[in-house]
Amino acid sequence: MYLARVHVTLKTGVMDPQGEAVKQGLLTLGYQGVKEVRVGKYLEVRLEAPDEEEARHRAEEMCRRLLANPVLEDYIVEVAEG
Amino acid sequence: MRFGVIVFPGSNCDQDVYYALKEVLGQPVDYLWYAETRLKGYDCLILPGGFSYGDYLRPGAIASLSPIMTAVKDFALEGGLVLGICNGFQILLEAGLLPGAMLRNRCLQFRCQDVYLKVENNTTPFTGRFARGQVLRMPIAHNEGNYYVDPATLGRLKEKNQIVFRYSNPEGEITPAANPNGSVDNIAGVINEEGNILGLMPHPERCVEELLSGTDGRELFASIVDWWAQQGLRGLSNSF
Repeated sequence: MYLARVHVTLKTGVMDPQGEAVKQGLLTLGYQGVKEVRVGKYLEVRLEAPDEEEARHRAEEMCRRLLANPVLEDYIVEVAEG
Repeated sequence: MRFGVIVFPGSNCDQDVYYALKEVLGQPVDYLWYAETRLKGYDCLILPGGFSYGDYLRPGAIASLSPIMTAVKDFALEGGLVLGICNGFQILLEAGLLPGAMLRNRCLQFRCQDVYLKVENNTTPFTGRFARGQVLRMPIAHNEGNYYVDPATLGRLKEKNQIVFRYSNPEGEITPAANPNGSVDNIAGVINEEGNILGLMPHPERCVEELLSGTDGRELFASIVDWWAQQGLRGLSNSF
């Protein structure tokens, strides 16, 4: 069994209204050094696969087909036994 | 002509669209359940608004994988008319039938209000009753209607005249203040390059009678019926 940790983030240059609102919240709390906040998604996919390489391959395919929207999102996949 | 209104788990404007077509326009119309895999005898399919699958992951993402969507894609590729309204538009984007994607509204508010729309393209099967540049009034109700395309795709949309509706002020001027959600270039509705798949965020089914504060939506649906009748006549004349 493998655990794929998937991070989905907005591409550079794509407007992030949520991130902007969170940044304003942090500035209100007094964190004046905050220049930018980008909000993304974190998913954990537990899957059966013959080996780690195949698990990573399948998880990346899942990202391309559903977990991330290629028009505006990037993704990073980390795979480990678990 | 026969309309089909697709019902996904979480659709909530399906009955409004059905009412508009059946009671206001007097057209044959059926509900089509999302689990259907075959579509026969329909001339126009409508994906209504709502919150399919609770907007989980991204609005429209899970619905775009529904069994019926394979049949919808086949129907669309053969030139069948497809109209996506609000969540239906989001589903068409996620299915790759229209270019672009939706972000959360720039204002971070769920916007439920009337907006003004400038008709940029009146040569589509959905807009024949309008004049180019005409200003319509329709309601919107969405949280994720902030339309995004990269600059290269935006250029192609303009070049191919695929931008059908833009948010404007009542005078038809395209201004930042008239943009309710932050959409690129004030875009409210786009059509595919072939001209048979339209998606828009505003709700034409909510303005089909004076009692509902306007009839601009009725004219959109009536445009489809007109277009179909003309195509039918053209087909007949070709066969003689």
